[in-house]
Amino acid sequence: MDRNQAHRNRKRALKTLHFIALFLTMSIICIPGLWIVLNSFRPTVEIMAKPPVWTPSFTLDHYRAMFGGAGAGGVPVFSYFRNSLIVSVVSTAIAILIGMSGGYAFARYRFKGKAGYFVGLMLFRAVPGVALSLPLFIVFAKVGIIDTHLGLILVYVALNVPFTIWLTDGFFRQIPKELHEAAEIDGCTRWQAFWKVEFPVARSGIASAAIFAFLTSWNEFALASQLTRSVGSKTMPVGLLDFTAEFTINWGGMCALAVLMIVPALILTFLVQKHLIAGLTFGGVKG
Amino acid sequence: MTEVTLSNVIKDYGKSRAVHGIDLGIADGEFAVLVGPSGCGKSTTLRMIAGLEDISGGEISIGGRVVNELPPRERNISMVFQNYALYPHMTVRENLGFSLKIAKKPEGEISKAVHEAADILGLDALMDRRPAELSGGQRQRVAMGRAIVRRPDVFLFDEPLSNLDAKLRTQMRVEIKKLHQKVGNTIIYVTHDQVEAMTLADRIVLMRDGHIVQVGTPLDLFNAPVNTFVATFIGSPPMNLIDGTASGSDAIELVGGLRVPVPSNARGLVRDGQKVRFGFRADNLMPEGHAVQAGGEKAELDLEVTLAEPLGTETVLFTDIAGHEVQAKMLNPRPVRSGERLKFLLMLDKCHVFDAASSDAIRG
Repeated sequence: MDRNQAHRNRKRALKTLHFIALFLTMSIICIPGLWIVLNSFRPTVEIMAKPPVWTPSFTLDHYRAMFGGAGAGGVPVFSYFRNSLIVSVVSTAIAILIGMSGGYAFARYRFKGKAGYFVGLMLFRAVPGVALSLPLFIVFAKVGIIDTHLGLILVYVALNVPFTIWLTDGFFRQIPKELHEAAEIDGCTRWQAFWKVEFPVARSGIASAAIFAFLTSWNEFALASQLTRSVGSKTMPVGLLDFTAEFTINWGGMCALAVLMIVPALILTFLVQKHLIAGLTFGGVKG
Repeated sequence: MTEVTLSNVIKDYGKSRAVHGIDLGIADGEFAVLVGPSGCGKSTTLRMIAGLEDISGGEISIGGRVVNELPPRERNISMVFQNYALYPHMTVRENLGFSLKIAKKPEGEISKAVHEAADILGLDALMDRRPAELSGGQRQRVAMGRAIVRRPDVFLFDEPLSNLDAKLRTQMRVEIKKLHQKVGNTIIYVTHDQVEAMTLADRIVLMRDGHIVQVGTPLDLFNAPVNTFVATFIGSPPMNLIDGTASGSDAIELVGGLRVPVPSNARGLVRDGQKVRFGFRADNLMPEGHAVQAGGEKAELDLEVTLAEPLGTETVLFTDIAGHEVQAKMLNPRPVRSGERLKFLLMLDKCHVFDAASSDAIRG
């Protein structure tokens, strides 16, 4: 009896420790985000106060100012939002199309130098994006696509393609080749076999690659800050800089814009999340 | 109608040749089984017939039409895969109807055909489930149903029962045979299991290393194997083989000193001094009183049982002839202890002689 009791106690203690560890980890991850959201609703004096004010007051001033338009401390939020959306959506769509084709080829076909290409793609990802900013700036300036949506889209496609290839390759690899063979025998062309059988089965994998690509483009700052100049092409992360002046930083306004950036990303992730559950996919072949 | 003909069919993978110029004719409505050890080229041959592998040389025709360059969808075949290859994102109903949907058949016709196939295979209760919710046997049945729905000219089966447990395998074997009797199509079936080959086939095609070794009915292969490979591959337990030397043209001196007469089917065909292998099946070496009552020449051997495997209707006895372990069968078995000495009868008419150098059968 005693031994059982001791065992139970030990188990309970371990469980508690797990929870504490989890709580600490989650705090480290979540508190900065929370800080941003809370500060976007506080008056600037409170944000800057030392010692901190523990009972916050609530204000929408920062949002009012931000949407109030340029001049009164506002920024062209809608333009930035539109730029971000256009650049992210288009670059994600292109990156997924290219990445999916590439991933499929790596998973299904044998060709010369396959391993080399694959490692090459992964190495390409190892290059820090900022290191590319100067050459990109010069080339884009010469070609005349600096400060345009097209320029940013090109950059983000190049950034995202290696990773989407890597992800979709993994997913297609898990699909047995007999599935497309069965589809071809059932009357499909190779093309139909892909779209009617392999693509739907790999859908969850492709969705996760898409989310990843979208978030990368949505959040990217370093390159966008070099390659965009005007309201017509600046994305939201770059827009955050509008809140810094020579001697002051408008923390409240910055937080409000940051919240505006976080919300769509969160909504998208929640929407697609249920497609990420891969449970449905396997079982059509030997289980 | 839909006979399948292979003439001099070759498959190369880079520099290595997997299939060496196969010639084979399969008649309309025939159940042909390609059997052989793994790596013998049987699956590759089937996949070439299906159009899933390119043909490196030779010609394949289905129903008189050369199909070398046709994609799988234009060959009017259907195939059941070892891992079933059901579409995981579709229900059983959608899986069954997929080929007709691709062919843009009207909705009514599809549902009728699907219903018929489901009827034949007893799938009615499962129509709205997805493959992941089915057991192995049910998945196998769906895969067969998907093959039937198309009404193909030829069915191809690629080791369809390998993933099932022993009991289910026996059951599905019977269902496949019944299915063949019901629909009567040409079937080409690949397996590595000689029992499946024996029980299902109208004709067995036994392959090794990319060559056809022997083609014939199950009993042809069982009773008249062309070489020692066929003799040991077909039949369970495999044929016993003992090395020996012909002594004169009517007797064989086995290694270990035992002397046996040359079986009647090979009499006069062995030369004095020729190295041979003497073969007989366990069914033809039986203890006296537990043997088949049959006429013909018999030799009596007094042997010690080293091991007994009771199977119920018969017991397989392991014993020793001239230093070679051989297997014998005991009908109407009684318990046998190891070490027990029994008088065995060897049916000489049913024995085989093979040339030791070429492994080929010596038979008149």
